[in-house]
Amino acid sequence: MEMNLLGAGLAAVGMGLAAIGVGNIFGNFISGALRNPSAAKEQFTNALIGAALAEGLGIFAFVVAILLYTK
Amino acid sequence: MASPDKVDPIHQFIINDLVNFGNFGGYKIAFQNSSLFMLVAVVLIVGFLSLAISGRAMIPGRMQSAAEALYEYIEGLIDQVLGHEGRAYLPFVFSIFTFVLTLNFLGLIPYFYTVTSQIIVTAALAVMVILTVIIVGFAKNGIGFLGLFVPHGVPIAILPLISLIEIISFFARPISLSLRLFGNMLAGHIVLKVFAGFIISLSAFGAVGIVGAIAPFGMVVAITALEILVAGLQALVFSLLTCIYLKDALHPHH
Repeated sequence: MEMNLLGAGLAAVGMGLAAIGVGNIFGNFISGALRNPSAAKEQFTNALIGAALAEGLGIFAFVVAILLYTK
Repeated sequence: MASPDKVDPIHQFIINDLVNFGNFGGYKIAFQNSSLFMLVAVVLIVGFLSLAISGRAMIPGRMQSAAEALYEYIEGLIDQVLGHEGRAYLPFVFSIFTFVLTLNFLGLIPYFYTVTSQIIVTAALAVMVILTVIIVGFAKNGIGFLGLFVPHGVPIAILPLISLIEIISFFARPISLSLRLFGNMLAGHIVLKVFAGFIISLSAFGAVGIVGAIAPFGMVVAITALEILVAGLQALVFSLLTCIYLKDALHPHH
């Protein structure tokens, strides 16, 4: 049995956790935007920054998974 | 690696030599498919922009409007993040944005090569960004640029620890910047090919399989739509983070 494939699958779980973070950011952005639509446009950039930073950590997990898969 | 009889989702990222110029000092110099698509992207960008603004009409046509919208979008982004003094970096950020955007979109076309799914390309872009930040930071602030690593209002006892964390986070920036673009493009294209592989595997089961293959085919269409969003978003995120890092270079005392 190839243990590195098992490890790759486990590492990919991290991407799902990053998805929680990104979903949280955009969900809160939309709920804030519905409360105050006039302020939403300026804050979209901040939402993108937050999502990018949260997503980056998931990408690290993905890179580890890919490294294990192609080993 | 997957065995050759299966559909291999990694196969699309293989670099092929188109023209091999031979070895120079132990390094192979070759014109490869990734070089070709970078060249295509540059030709497309330069061609489109010069064609679009060649008329310079007072009332812009379709192409000129598109080019102006693209330009004004990045201009607005820079104004928002860097303020008025950021105008000097508009060509830099605009070039990065259009280059990454075009490469991402080109990669979505079937049989086309996704250059941004190669980490060496995104790493080179990120290193270029971070070197610009360092050079601009020292040129504008002199030694004061190091104030970036010494935040205000921190007790002197924990300042060395905070400075160490700031320095590490600064040098982690090019890594995360390159990995984000690379990972997004790589992951998206692998998912696309995995679902496309399901269609091939299912259709081997005869008529029932072909009817069943409609589901993964619909999934491929949906993921392609998502990837169009991601391609634009990642190009935007890359240039947005470039602006934010440049802001640190202009105003290191935060």
